Amino acid sequence: MEWEVVIGLETHVELATRTKVFCACSTRFGAEPNTQCCPVCTGMPGALPVLNRKVMEYSARAALALNCKVTKVSRFDRKNYFYPDLPKGYQISQLYLPVGREGWLPIEVNGREKRIGIHELHMEEDAGKLIHDEEMGVTRIDYNRCGVPLIEIVTEPDFRSSDEVIAYLERLRLVMLYLGVSDCKMQEGSLRCDVNLSLRPKGSGKLGTRTEMKNLGSFRAVARAIAYEAERQRRLLESGGVVIQETRRWDEEKNESLSMRTKENTNDYRYFPEPDLPAVKLTKEDLKTLQASIPELAHEKESRYCRELGLSKQDSVLLTERRALAAYYEKLLSQGVSPKEGANWIMTDLLRLMKEHSQEPEQLRLSPEHLAQVIAMTAEGRLNRGKASEVLAGIFLTDEDPAEYAACHGLEQIRDSALVTEAVRTVLGDLPEQVAQYRAGKEKLFGFFVGRCMRALKGKADPKTVNQELRRQLDG
Amino acid sequence: MDLRKLTALELGRAIKEGCCTAAEATVLALDTIREKNEENNAFITVLEERAMTRAKEVQKKIEHGELTSPLAGVPFGVKDNICTKDILTTCGSKMLSDFVPPYTATAIEKLEAAGGILLGKLNMDEFAMGSTSETSCFGPVRNPWDLSRVSGGSSGGAAAAVAAGECWYAVGTDTGGSVRQPAACCGVTGMKPSYGKVSRYGLIAYASSFDQIGSIARSAEDCAAVLKEMEGKDERDATSRRWESVSADVNQVGLLAGCFGKAEGGLMERAKIVLSSCEIAVKETEMPLMEEALAAYYIIAAAEASSNLSRYDGVKFGYRADMGRNPAQLMALSRTEGFGTEVKRRILMGTFVLSDGYYDAYYKKAMAVREGVKRKLTELFVQYDLLLLPVTVTGAPKLGESLTRPLDMYRSDCFTVMANLAGLPAVSIPWGFDCSGMPVGLQIMGPVGSDDRVLGLASQLQKLTDWHKRRPDERGGEA
Repeated sequence: MEWEVVIGLETHVELATRTKVFCACSTRFGAEPNTQCCPVCTGMPGALPVLNRKVMEYSARAALALNCKVTKVSRFDRKNYFYPDLPKGYQISQLYLPVGREGWLPIEVNGREKRIGIHELHMEEDAGKLIHDEEMGVTRIDYNRCGVPLIEIVTEPDFRSSDEVIAYLERLRLVMLYLGVSDCKMQEGSLRCDVNLSLRPKGSGKLGTRTEMKNLGSFRAVARAIAYEAERQRRLLESGGVVIQETRRWDEEKNESLSMRTKENTNDYRYFPEPDLPAVKLTKEDLKTLQASIPELAHEKESRYCRELGLSKQDSVLLTERRALAAYYEKLLSQGVSPKEGANWIMTDLLRLMKEHSQEPEQLRLSPEHLAQVIAMTAEGRLNRGKASEVLAGIFLTDEDPAEYAACHGLEQIRDSALVTEAVRTVLGDLPEQVAQYRAGKEKLFGFFVGRCMRALKGKADPKTVNQELRRQLDG
Repeated sequence: MDLRKLTALELGRAIKEGCCTAAEATVLALDTIREKNEENNAFITVLEERAMTRAKEVQKKIEHGELTSPLAGVPFGVKDNICTKDILTTCGSKMLSDFVPPYTATAIEKLEAAGGILLGKLNMDEFAMGSTSETSCFGPVRNPWDLSRVSGGSSGGAAAAVAAGECWYAVGTDTGGSVRQPAACCGVTGMKPSYGKVSRYGLIAYASSFDQIGSIARSAEDCAAVLKEMEGKDERDATSRRWESVSADVNQVGLLAGCFGKAEGGLMERAKIVLSSCEIAVKETEMPLMEEALAAYYIIAAAEASSNLSRYDGVKFGYRADMGRNPAQLMALSRTEGFGTEVKRRILMGTFVLSDGYYDAYYKKAMAVREGVKRKLTELFVQYDLLLLPVTVTGAPKLGESLTRPLDMYRSDCFTVMANLAGLPAVSIPWGFDCSGMPVGLQIMGPVGSDDRVLGLASQLQKLTDWHKRRPDERGGEA
C-alpha cells in the first residue's frame, strides 16, 4: 500500500513592534519575569485593550506579501478557554473576519516550483509562559509575553513532504525578515510552527484523519517530527488501526510525539465578537500605501539575480539571505560594478571581514561606494588583489577614502616599470649563484626569485609585471 | 443651615462663596454615614482619614482659586465595581473581597481632579448582576424610605446613600437599568449617559457593550454637572467617544405604554398633566419590540458576562480556594466558592448561549434583535424628540421577595434595558409614590447623543414638581 502524507501548517509569527498589541508594554525579549506587564495585559479587573495600529499595519503587509485578499473591515473575536497562562480567560484573536484570506507562497524543492495555499492570516495576542520548577514542585507564570502581537498563518493541506515544509518555512521566514515585521527566531519563539499531518492511500481524493503536533523548536525538529508521525500513522493504519484526531506533543530528546490528551482536544472556544474593540477599517488608500511599502522579496530577488544577472543559484541564495546584504549588493551594482564581480568581492572579502568583526549586514560601515572604488582600482591595476584586501581591511570600520588610505599606507601598486626593472636587476644581481642554478635548469627557483622581488618591492608590484620582467632578465 | 438639604451644586456654590468649607461638609457626611450605615448598609468601605485630608487640601486650593469646578469640595460616593487606587474594590463579591486595584478609573480620576471628596465605596449587587442589591456578600442595602424594603439594584448603595443624605452625589453603573432603577426606588435622580460618553477604563466589566458609568443625585442639574466632569474620549477605552451635540429642543414627546404589566396607575397620567403645562405635545405611542428586547438583553449581557468573569480564576488575584490538585481544579473551586448564586446563574446562561450548537439560535439571533430594537427606536425618534416611560412596574419590593423568582426580577427590567441595547441616554426622576408609599420614577429617554436634551426636560419637570426634593426622614423613614 502506497501512502501519501498530507500536511498543513499553522505558523505563529511574533511581530517586532516595540510595544504589545493592546497596551504600551515593551515586547523586548529576555527581560526579568513580570517586569513588562500592566493591568491590561494581565487582565486586571477594569482594564481595557486598545489596538496598537502598527500591529494592524504589519499584519496587513504580511497578508499582502503572501498574496492574500486583505479585508477592509477587520474585527477581533474572543477565544474563550481557561489556562493559567491566559490571564483574562480568553484570548483576543480573529475568527470571523481575519486580516487576510486565500493567499499563497511559492516554494522550490528539487528545482520544481509549487504554490502553497494560505487559508488565512489573522492577528492575535500571545499568552504568558509557564515555567515548571521541578525541584520546588511549583509552576511559575511569567506574564511578559502576554499581549505580544502574533500573526497566525494557516496553510491549506498542500504539503506532501517534509522538504516542502522546510522550504516553506525558510521562505516564510525570509518574507517576514524582508518586510521587517518579525525577526523569526525559532529559538526565541518568534516563529512557532504546529504541524497537522495525515496519511491517505496514494491517489485518494479524501483526507485522512489528522493529528496536530506542537512544541517544535527548530526546523530540524519539524523534519524529524514529520518523519516520526508519518511512520507512526503508517504502522497504525497498516495494522488495521485507526488514527485518532488529537494533539500530540513533540519530545525532541526522545525523538517521539506523545498524545496530549489533556487540555485542547475538543475545546468549544465559544467565539464571539470582541465588544471592547471597534472594527478596524482599511481604506483603498491605506491598502495602496501598504502594498507599495512591500519590497522585492527574497525569493523574487533570488530568481531575478539568476535570470537577469547571471548569478549562480548558490550565490543568489547567499546574497538574498539578508535584505540588508542584497540592498548593499544592489547599491554596489549601481556604482558600475559588474554582477559577477560584485558577488565575488562580497562573498570573499566582505563576508570575511564581517565575520571577523561580528558585524551584521545592517551594521556595515564600509560604504558600497568605497568598495566599488577598491574594485575599480584593482581592475585598473592601481592595487593588486592582495593589497586591495589590505585596504578593505583597513577601511572596513572607518570607511575612509580608499585612494587616500592606499596612498597613506603606501599600498599602491608600483606600476613604474623602471622601478620593477631596477628591483629585479638588483635582486638577481645579489643572487648570482641561484641565477646560475636556474639557468642551469633548476626551474623551481623562479618562485624564490618572485618572492624576493616582491619583498624588495614591498609587495606593491603587480605580480604579473614582476613575473614578466624576471623572465625577461633571466631568459632573455 | 443643614448642608444636607442642599443639592450638590448648591453646596459647591456655598463652599466657593465661603459660606461653609469642604471639611465641614465632609465631617457632616461622615457623621451621617456613621449614624445610618448600620441600618441601610449603603457603604462597604468608608474612608474617614483620606476624605478629611483631601477635604482640607481641596479647601485650600479652592481658596486660592486653583479649583473652579462647580463640584469642587463636594463629597461623593462611588459604587464598589469602579476601581479606586489603593482602596478596596470588591464588586460586592467574595471573589474580590480583598482586591485593591493599582489604578483609579478615569471617571473617578476626573472627579477627584475637579476637587470632589471621595467618602467611600458603595454596596451593590454582586458584580452588578441584580435589581435589588441583595446579592452582595456584604449584606443587602436597605431602602432609607422603608428599611424592610430593597433599595433597587444593582447601584442600590449609591441611590440609598444619596437618599439618606450621606453624600451629595454618587457614581453608579448602568448595564440594564442599574442606575435608573435604584434611583427610582430611592426617590432620587439617576442618569445613564449615551454609550461611550464616559470612559469604562477602571469599571469592572459585567457586560461590555452595555455598561456605562452614571450619576445619582438629588436633581437633574446635579446629575448633569457630575457627568460633565466624568465624560470625554479616553485613549484607554477604545469604545469611548465624543458624541456630537444635538438640539436640546423638545417639542413632541412620546409616551410608551406598559410591558409586563403596566406601571403604577398614576405615573403616566401625572406625566401627561405636567407636560401639558409645558406646551410640549404629548402622544401615546408603542414600542412593539419591548419583550424581545428584554430577551436579547439577557442573552447578550449574560454572554459577555460569562467571558468578562473568566479572569476570576484564583490564579493572579482575588479569591483562591485552599484545595486544588491541578490548575483546572484550583480554578473551578475558586470560582465555585468565590461567586454567588446569581452570578453563577448568569455565567452558565452566557456560556450556554455562546456554545457550539446554540450560538446561532441564541446569541446570533439576539444580536439581530438588538439591531432591530435600535432601528425601531431610531424610527420613533424621528417623530418624537424624547420618549417617556416608566422605570419599573411598582416601587421597591420587600427584602427577600425577589431572589427566589429570578425570572420575575428579570422581567421588571423591561423598561430600562432598551436604553442599554441601543446605547441611548436615559434618566429616572422621582415621580410620585406607589400605593405602599414608596417612591416611583419616570424615565426620559432620548436618541443617542441627546444627553443634554434628556436632562434638560428632566430639569424642566423638576422645576414644576417637588418629588425630587422629598426626603425619607421627613416621612419617618421606617416601615
